[in-house]
Amino acid sequence: MEFFAEILISVLLVCGGIFGLVGSFGLVKLPDQMTRLHAPTKAATLGVGGVLMASMAWFAFFGDQPSWHELLITLFLFMTAPITGLMLAKAHMHLSWHPDELPHCGRDHDWATYGNSADRSLLDARDEAGSQRDHHE
Amino acid sequence: MIRRIFPHPYLSALLVLIWMLLVNRFAWGSLVFAVILSIAIPALTEPYWPDRARLRNPLKILTYFLLVIWDIVVANIQVALIVLFKPNRKLQPAWITVPLDLRSPEAITVLAGTITLTPGTVSSDLSQDGHALLVHCLHAPDPESIISDIKSRYEARLKEIFE
Repeated sequence: MEFFAEILISVLLVCGGIFGLVGSFGLVKLPDQMTRLHAPTKAATLGVGGVLMASMAWFAFFGDQPSWHELLITLFLFMTAPITGLMLAKAHMHLSWHPDELPHCGRDHDWATYGNSADRSLLDARDEAGSQRDHHE
Repeated sequence: MIRRIFPHPYLSALLVLIWMLLVNRFAWGSLVFAVILSIAIPALTEPYWPDRARLRNPLKILTYFLLVIWDIVVANIQVALIVLFKPNRKLQPAWITVPLDLRSPEAITVLAGTITLTPGTVSSDLSQDGHALLVHCLHAPDPESIISDIKSRYEARLKEIFE
């Protein structure tokens, strides 16, 4: 029984390691920023997941008591990984994409990243400063 | 009165559960502290989340969760194969627009998170009126099928859970 448990844990660890490695390799290999975003958000998730499952199995078979922390790590990972991805994508859209290059969202509105509803006051203040400067010149 | 103490009952229940899992072994003292946290944290964060999330069908969350886990495993293998064996010049990355039928902000958040976690897609932005999601695909020879996949597989189920 112990022997099979050890084999199961080893297989999970090796699988997790392979997926982590593939995720890192994707960072090097894929051609541009947006495609590179895909490799770590996916492959690394299962890489971490494999290690966590191995850890749970180890505590279940050899530890003093079952461990629940791995479930929490999974939950926190599921909640934070999409937010990191969204932030990176938005920063990249601001830096290197023009709104015209993206597909249109179907109505008169723009994508929220390029919209000015959130910080209209900031934008207005900057416009006024700009027009004043033009005036002086 | 009870609504004043628990503005977000599901959040409170989740906080108790998370605290008990963090402590990792049962003790009445930690349960009391978990209840204190489950009252304090929703009260402190209520100004940022004024609306109450409505769940029409909480039991379906479990099947949705299992479906997403399964899809994440499949997605990982697909993405790993693309990364390892597909040359960059054959890759067809694409932006797609997914029109949304969902209206509740919580449901749209869950949908966007699910899209980011599953097959070669990252949700990148929401339209200003909240009626469409901008999604980037790693390899999309047929964008229409990806849109209909997202709508039938995830959005329909979320609509049953939330609306």
